[in-house]
Amino acid sequence: MEIKVRLFATLRENWGKELILSQNNGVTPKEIIKQLNIPEADVAILLVNGRDGSLGQELTDKDVVSIFPPVGGG
Amino acid sequence: MPVSSLEFLTFARLSNLDKSQTMSIKDRYIRNENMLSPEENLNLRNFKVVVVGCGGLGGHIIEMLARMGVGHITAIDGDVFEPHNLNRQLFCLPSNLGKPKSAEAKKRIEKVNPDITVTAKQTMLVAENAEELLAGHDLVCDALDNISTRKLVAKTAAKLNIPMVFGAIAGWYAQIGTIMPGNKLLDKIYPEGINKGAETKLGNPSFTPALAASLQVAETIKVLLGKKGVLKNRLLMVDTLEHHYEVIDFSEET
Repeated sequence: MEIKVRLFATLRENWGKELILSQNNGVTPKEIIKQLNIPEADVAILLVNGRDGSLGQELTDKDVVSIFPPVGGG
Repeated sequence: MPVSSLEFLTFARLSNLDKSQTMSIKDRYIRNENMLSPEENLNLRNFKVVVVGCGGLGGHIIEMLARMGVGHITAIDGDVFEPHNLNRQLFCLPSNLGKPKSAEAKKRIEKVNPDITVTAKQTMLVAENAEELLAGHDLVCDALDNISTRKLVAKTAAKLNIPMVFGAIAGWYAQIGTIMPGNKLLDKIYPEGINKGAETKLGNPSFTPALAASLQVAETIKVLLGKKGVLKNRLLMVDTLEHHYEVIDFSEET
């Protein structure tokens, strides 16, 4: 199945803004993040199809995973 | 005129203003009038807003709240101005380096709008004083530069049943949201145990704090006046590099 991954801010350094990954059924955001070598500490906001998602949830074909690093400055 | 003479005269009488003060106040807020009703304009004088942080976000927030006519502003910051603040912090000047940020905020607003009250608190907000500092206000504006104090402010504001308008920036990016008491927005957008975000790599320029502050002030005015369209338990994510703007709903029921 295909999963679209959207990356933001500093997470774009290695992979660009968006990528399509071919994945096995039942893959989780946690596994995708590991494949992309993104440290879990850099994942502040995780969205699945635009809604608050969780690292362990099973994804389905054509799901869109968006990953944002923490933003804390002033 | 959207504000009737009668309304202003009533307001002036209740506020014990003399004739010259009355005229100057009417002129001062005349350009606020078409977007807010006469009653809303006058009501802003009655609100107390506490701004935690008088730096990149806080300087702009305090200035804009003052120019809108929010009557009572508490400006909290334990820091003094340093040269690296000059790139973005509105109240920071070469002439006031080394001076307390909160006191400089008060001095500035006394020149901008003597019609309102600014209380300067030259202290860091910590667990021991958080409740005392935030109590008695209608709304908390978060203008901090670290995540742990932001979470402390959210926790304290929730305990005191005060809404909090949150803002944070990193480089080209900003996040803004309004946290109603009890909502756990910050726990959802910040991993446990971190104190800084992407700003350590991307820096703090002039324009994202000003933009985030503008959006925070818009939220503040809407919450105070009970208007629609508030980012209630939602997060506005701003990307000025790609011009991507997205609102994510973090309401408890979603």
